[in-house]
Amino acid sequence: MQALPKIPTGIPGFDDLSHGGLPRHRTTLVKGGPGSGKTLFAVQCLVNAVRKGRQRGLFVAFEESTQQIAANADTFDWKLSALMKGKLFFLDARLSPEVVHSGDFDLSGMLAMLKAKKQELAADWIVFDGIDVLLTLLRDPAAEMREIYRIRDWLADNQMTAIITAKTDGGPAGAVNYDFMQFMVDCVVRLTRRQEQAVSLHRLQITKYRGSDFMAGDYPVSFGPSGMEVAPPEPVEIHHRASNERLSTGFERLDKMLGGGLFRGSSTLVTGLPGTSKTTLAGKFAEAACQRGERTLFVSFDEGAEPIARNLASVGIQLKPHVKSGMLRMYSARTESTGAEDHLGKLKSLIREFRPRCMVIDPLSAIAKAGALEAARAVASRLIYMVKDQGITVFITAINEGDDPAAEATDLQVSTIADTWIHLSYLIRSGERNRALTIVKSRGTWHSNQVRELILRATGPVLADVYTAGGEVLMGTLRWDKEDFERGRDLKRRAEFDHKRRELQVSEADTNARIKALQQELERQRADLTAYSSENDARIVSSTDREKELRRIRGADSARPGANGHAKKGNGKVSRDAP
Amino acid sequence: MPRKKAKSRKAVPALATLVVMRLYIAAGAPNSVKAVANLQAICKKHLLDGFKLEIIDVLEFPLRALADGILVTPSLSKIAPSPGTKIVGNLSDRSNVLFALGIKT
Repeated sequence: MQALPKIPTGIPGFDDLSHGGLPRHRTTLVKGGPGSGKTLFAVQCLVNAVRKGRQRGLFVAFEESTQQIAANADTFDWKLSALMKGKLFFLDARLSPEVVHSGDFDLSGMLAMLKAKKQELAADWIVFDGIDVLLTLLRDPAAEMREIYRIRDWLADNQMTAIITAKTDGGPAGAVNYDFMQFMVDCVVRLTRRQEQAVSLHRLQITKYRGSDFMAGDYPVSFGPSGMEVAPPEPVEIHHRASNERLSTGFERLDKMLGGGLFRGSSTLVTGLPGTSKTTLAGKFAEAACQRGERTLFVSFDEGAEPIARNLASVGIQLKPHVKSGMLRMYSARTESTGAEDHLGKLKSLIREFRPRCMVIDPLSAIAKAGALEAARAVASRLIYMVKDQGITVFITAINEGDDPAAEATDLQVSTIADTWIHLSYLIRSGERNRALTIVKSRGTWHSNQVRELILRATGPVLADVYTAGGEVLMGTLRWDKEDFERGRDLKRRAEFDHKRRELQVSEADTNARIKALQQELERQRADLTAYSSENDARIVSSTDREKELRRIRGADSARPGANGHAKKGNGKVSRDAP
Repeated sequence: MPRKKAKSRKAVPALATLVVMRLYIAAGAPNSVKAVANLQAICKKHLLDGFKLEIIDVLEFPLRALADGILVTPSLSKIAPSPGTKIVGNLSDRSNVLFALGIKT
């Protein structure tokens, strides 16, 4: 099967979504609520077709006057009025309210006129803008259907690439035919606009593309000087080169804590309450980058470049010389002036133009103010991905309300994307506010788990060890205090220990002495026992001897020498029993 | 009913001025065919004193119709007497047409 021929619209991002643009010589329906950018989409397609494709087009305006459309188009760099001369034909097809209606009418005459105009211009494109307005005038669903068919047949006969725009909230009367219209066309583009926190959020979605693959998501739309821009979807697969090159953060101590510095092309997130010196850290990073001779883009929101440079100079960070040398570009924007999408567009073009190797965004959390949080989140992550795609090492600061670093994670949700996350906090004790720095995470590298005190000096910010005691981190004078107290306590403790040891030593000696005495007693008793036993033996021997002597002296006959009374008795018994 | 009324008024035509009209049609289109028939019937009944009607086929002269500010067919333009008016549709709603043409019924 042959691939469907397509015509690029020239709308940045849209041709990516649609894999090449609108279907050639077929009809595309652009639907959406009021102010969603339908007319703009159509006009931009026409302008691009004329300017880039050297094509000609017709524009049939059912809703707005030609002058209104031209005035709106003039806010972009399209030079539409010039194109209207001979290259684009605008037909003001609004039926005047003074026109009297009497019965049914149809578009056969109008289409005949358009055909003539098409031939005159050799037009390739046609736009029917606000067809819902025309259809309501028909006041009859059957007639609406008939005219839609008529337009479809006419478009097919004339081989034109067509865009029909229609309001989607045209009421229930139109609903049926819109469904039919969606069926009849080959491509349907849905535009939406939501008002959120005083900022308009525009989105675009391709809901149908007959015979072609397309990206079906709902993508944010922004408006730049060249018109509408659809945020190109992030590629599903992430292609970020992983560099082993380490870059200095500007702080030797911090580099050490990170195991040698930040990886080139990585993203670092610095969170903290206002005044925790996030900008100082970012400024130091930027200064170090410029000193290495790397072009750096410093983006600040809601604070001017001049005051930032001045404030940083007060802590020994000199940015102005680098701005002068062109190594550093500072860009400041007010977040409330435009939506988050538009900020992204602006940053994109800045990056394209300046080609920085390092970048600072201070603070990224400010874009959450530019409209809805959800949109800001998407913008934040897209911004980080875009920057990383370009291999730019980026340093992002974010204000978090409350002192819990995890609170930030639920806010813009950039902490998951960031490679390194440094958290700055205050410790307020005894009338002092001291700054503490911790590394929450650092991907792919060893990093210190220690808290450091950030001290701002006129010569430059430095990191100092903090004093930890009893599970508490102490800084400033409190640290000195606590250290002093601890020293005293230590001394006392040592004295107590010595005392106890001596006591124990004494009692040990005492016990030993007693053991010795007892042992002596034992030995004496053993000696007594031995002495007694030998005496007893001697006495037994002597008594036997005495008996023998006695018998010898008496002269008694002893038949059996050594026999005693017992033996004699036994013998007697035996002899008596014998007879 | 309307026919009866129309007939009774027919005897006393209020206007003696010439009505100049242009009817833009798409030849062959059902609405255009109806419009021609409806207009002719109206003229017969109400414009006895005289009228000038030009029927322009937009399919044949599209650029002229465009120049005349015509958008849809059928469209009827009353040029004289002034002020000019425009009527779109197949002219089936006769009272509307008569009113737009300035004919008292």
